[in-house]
Amino acid sequence: MNTFKEILSTKVPAENFVELIGGKYDASKEGVSTESISELKAVLSLEKADKPVILVGMGTCGLANGAQEVYDMFVEEIKKHDIDATLTKVGCVGFCAEEVIVDVKIPGFPRISYKRVTPDNVNTIIERTIVNKEPVIQKALGKYPFGDNSIWSDIPMLSEIPFFKLQEKLVLENCGVIDPEDIDQYLAKDGYKALSTVLNTKSPLEVIKDTKKSGLQGRGGGGFLTGRKWEFAYNEDNEQKYLICNADEGDPGAFMDRAVLEGDPHRLVEGMIIAAYAIGASKGYVYCRAEYPLAIERLEKTIAAAMEYGLLGDNILNSGFNFHLKIKKGAGAFVCGEETALIHSIEGQRGTPTPRPPFPAVSGLFGKPTIINNVETFSNVPTIFRKGPDWYSAIGTNTSKGTKVFALSGKVVNTGLVEVPMGTTIRDVIFTCGGGIADGKSFKAVQIGGPSGGALPEQFLDTEIDYENLQEVGAMMGSGGLVVMDETTCMVDLAKYFMQFITSESCGKCIPCREGTKRLLEILERITKSYREEESEIDSLMRFQGMLYLERLAEVIKDTSLCGLGQTAANPVISTLRYFRDEYDAHLYDRTCPAKACRQMLTYTINEENCIGCTLCAQKCPVNAISGERKEVHFIDQDLCTHCGQCELNCRFDAIIAE
Amino acid sequence: MNIKINNNSYWANPSETILQVAEREGIKIPTLCYMADLVPTGACRICVVELSNGKLVPSCAYPVSDGMEIQTNSKKVRRARKSIIELLIANHPQDCLVCVRNGQCSLQDLAAEYGVRSYRYVGEKRSGKLDLASPAVERDPEKCILCGRCVRMCHEVQNVGAIDFVNRGFYSNVAPAMDRSLNTTACVYCGQCITVCPVGALREKSYLKQAWEAINDPEIHVVAQVAPAVRVAIGEEFGMAPGTISTGKIPAALRRIGVNEVFDTNFAADLTIWEEANELIERIQNGGKLPLFTSCSPGWIKYVEHFYPEVFENISTCKSPQGMQGAMIKSYYAKKVNIDPEKIFVLSIMPCTAKKFEAGRPELSVTHQAPDVDVVLSTREFARMIRIAGLDFTRMPEEGFDDPLGESTGAGAIFGASGGVMEAALRTAHFKITGKDMERIDFTPIRGLEGVKEANIKVGNAVLKVAAVSGLRNIDKFLEDVKNGTSDYHFIEVMACPGGCINGGGQPLPQTPEKIQKRMEAIYEVDRSLPKRCSHYNDSVKALYDNFLGKPGGKKAHELLHTHYMKRESI
Repeated sequence: MNTFKEILSTKVPAENFVELIGGKYDASKEGVSTESISELKAVLSLEKADKPVILVGMGTCGLANGAQEVYDMFVEEIKKHDIDATLTKVGCVGFCAEEVIVDVKIPGFPRISYKRVTPDNVNTIIERTIVNKEPVIQKALGKYPFGDNSIWSDIPMLSEIPFFKLQEKLVLENCGVIDPEDIDQYLAKDGYKALSTVLNTKSPLEVIKDTKKSGLQGRGGGGFLTGRKWEFAYNEDNEQKYLICNADEGDPGAFMDRAVLEGDPHRLVEGMIIAAYAIGASKGYVYCRAEYPLAIERLEKTIAAAMEYGLLGDNILNSGFNFHLKIKKGAGAFVCGEETALIHSIEGQRGTPTPRPPFPAVSGLFGKPTIINNVETFSNVPTIFRKGPDWYSAIGTNTSKGTKVFALSGKVVNTGLVEVPMGTTIRDVIFTCGGGIADGKSFKAVQIGGPSGGALPEQFLDTEIDYENLQEVGAMMGSGGLVVMDETTCMVDLAKYFMQFITSESCGKCIPCREGTKRLLEILERITKSYREEESEIDSLMRFQGMLYLERLAEVIKDTSLCGLGQTAANPVISTLRYFRDEYDAHLYDRTCPAKACRQMLTYTINEENCIGCTLCAQKCPVNAISGERKEVHFIDQDLCTHCGQCELNCRFDAIIAE
Repeated sequence: MNIKINNNSYWANPSETILQVAEREGIKIPTLCYMADLVPTGACRICVVELSNGKLVPSCAYPVSDGMEIQTNSKKVRRARKSIIELLIANHPQDCLVCVRNGQCSLQDLAAEYGVRSYRYVGEKRSGKLDLASPAVERDPEKCILCGRCVRMCHEVQNVGAIDFVNRGFYSNVAPAMDRSLNTTACVYCGQCITVCPVGALREKSYLKQAWEAINDPEIHVVAQVAPAVRVAIGEEFGMAPGTISTGKIPAALRRIGVNEVFDTNFAADLTIWEEANELIERIQNGGKLPLFTSCSPGWIKYVEHFYPEVFENISTCKSPQGMQGAMIKSYYAKKVNIDPEKIFVLSIMPCTAKKFEAGRPELSVTHQAPDVDVVLSTREFARMIRIAGLDFTRMPEEGFDDPLGESTGAGAIFGASGGVMEAALRTAHFKITGKDMERIDFTPIRGLEGVKEANIKVGNAVLKVAAVSGLRNIDKFLEDVKNGTSDYHFIEVMACPGGCINGGGQPLPQTPEKIQKRMEAIYEVDRSLPKRCSHYNDSVKALYDNFLGKPGGKKAHELLHTHYMKRESI
């Protein structure tokens, strides 16, 4: 007996199999013993292993760090050692900084995670762990619970290492833990149990009530109460309704949806089926960006498997409920994450937003009532219905319930995905999960909520993360990007970066966003330019004129833009102006960049005391702006210098002054 | 329900938008992208108003709700609108002085209204290539403010889709596919895009220079013809009330400009009726292809050539009145006055931009050398000509058109409004079939500005099922029925422009529904005021047949007054 499917296809009626797996359905008359089911479940969920299992983290982050090579080496080494072991690909466990992560589970021992595994380590892991049954201590990240946890006592529990200890994994529960392409493993982890419960015991209205009770809010950024949104569509009397999953994750520095799509796609599908049942939708789309090829591939397999198991399609689990799911690949426009633009994109139109009202819940895809939620929102749904809305709403703060996944990146030690309860402080996320600032530098700011969010300085580190608190201090939850910046980041440069992003992603439909963000960017470009690049006095005056109107323009863009992208487009400027005005002043009046990040403003000179005349800088200078005899002090020609910074980067004697 | 605008209470219908209530109550809110009968896109944001929660919402797209409190003139609103205008100006060529729309530009008006006194924002400007290749419509993408009105007109009203948005963000533009020129597209040159363009990004191709050169050349005999819809609209260009009839002032002005002879396209409209009524009767009596579609509107004809070549046999082979008049001038008239047709220059004054294209059709040349119509000027261009010539149009005397191509009846006049060609043809067909005029000359069921008007009319023993359609989107279902062989109509009039020539792409700007209504009323006033109201009573047309053409549908008439159509590809 290898899979649930074999049991199902031969003996047990499809509508009962989720109960069967859950132990609630007695299949002994069909010749399937309860023991054989729980045995299969234990094996699939790796609580029990009859032979060694090796699990390689092969999400996009793992692959980028060489997981494929590691995997190939395991194939080779397993053959070489002639051992009977199972090699499995799993998604990302969230600790991207430590990829490639490889887990090994051998019979009678805890599952152990190894970090930063390279092909060179594969032989050691096999010989030491699989053959000799001992851990490779220097490579160990942690171990999973097993018995009384006394085996391999010098290895910490994975859940107790700093990166994981504050986390509460609901959405990411299975990511990096199970094989995302194996529906049986998801089933063994109580997958589709929530769906079965819902279809068998709850009316659509009860599903909506429970969802409201759980307090789940849209995780795409807006934070609208999910149950209430569903209710709008439920109340619409229409034969055809649609459900859409927004998987067009486009914020720079956000990758939590990808982790779910790549690591636990069945969770999303289960959540979507429950939502579709609640609102009465018979058709659904996952709108996934084409830049996520692996996610799309896994999602395709997931849908096919769910169809095969009777979990998708017509008459799901014999309930009479039909739901068909399709994948629509986005063509790479950030604005298509905005729901009306996304709808137009699915319809085959130009991806531009339209005014709301009418809201999609009333008139959406092809003019029909449509509900759009993002990946993380749907992925919370199975948990809510497995554990109950009260259990769920007990997590979090008074106003924001459940957990939030953050993509932690930038200048922190531990980059990766962290899922923490609402109400966790920013400081805990950055300094406990994230392990603090990398390279011994000091914290300057954290950009929360992607380009639409805001940059918060040190004084807000103790803010408890929830929708209201972040809004109050001038950031937003957004999709959950957390980009940490240290003293070497210039806040004007940061605002400029985000404005570049916004201007290239603006759809161009409404005037304030199309024209306004371009002017904001130009104003920022002017104040971060060197005076040498100015052609006339008019240019110098323009810098000041621009700064005079920067705030006014930012406010108008915020107030008048058509869609969420435009309305939040100026946030990076508004928030940096609010907390880092001194940096703007330094650029404008002193023509300096305190963080020394705006290289165009810097003057590169040679420190005559330190220069030993090694000539390296002159060799590296791409425009031959540096001259000097060997063993003599060198000289930089300011007219030729392009401020590329290569000399400073290459000087080993600290002889280049940039200021 | 009740709402408050600027602290005053107003009654409002739940289906209304804020803008609709405000307009109804005389509270002015500026708009740029808004188009009255289409679903609002909310793109330009100039119509924002402030709600009591401090939010700015686009009044064109925002529905009213009970108890809503709206400010249309708060500090926040003024600042937002002014900023939007400033942003548009920052990305607009500063060439108002040499712009065709100088003085008729919404952006210029808004800048004046909101007191823009400096260039607050400056920087890069969008670029785009000037498209001058078509014979009728020119595009200047650098002047475009991307309101999208032309795109919507072309897609949603005219169903042509020759232009659309391309590129993204700051580099968005409106352009034909592959950024090609309009002349390679299915553009039918109706010019409706020009009439909705708030700035100078779209304009007619001007032939003023050629017209002046011909007039100034003593070797050239310049003959003008004036379309029916021009006389009820041109007054607007000179501050006269919409609907003012200027029939007599036009020939007076043309003569003072230096045109040698002034003929009336209304004459050719009567001539068209002789041929077309004959064609209709023949088809009905001899079991020919029905329904018969009219062929006066060159935009409509080009539309069929691009999209429905299967129905060519249903299209009347009659040239348009402009085409017939051009042919008669270069044959009958030339012979009569004994002037070499090569020395005759036919100048058409048309409410239309597509007529510029039509004039260039190679098949419309009786001499097989020069075109029958040398140059077509829109009503707007003609008004410019009058201004350049220093004429005070309002004080022009009333003069008549010249013989032998100047006499017209009321039936010729109503060609300018949707339903008019149909009505004129029915008046004559009825007479030809029954031997007597219709009891009531006014055939009102097919009058009005609706896009589709239908009627059954008893002619002798037969009942004819007829329709008058304007605005090209409205014609598709009729064409599909013809294609499928399920159409039971006898006669269908089609005008490309909604409402007909009175709302043509070459007419004075801006075109508002109220003005179109007035122009239409004036057209029927011209009809009513004429002693003869049926084409078959036009003695000059009768003389033309007696002295030159023979009989309607005869060999010579066929050679000179009928044409054929060609299948056209487009990108």
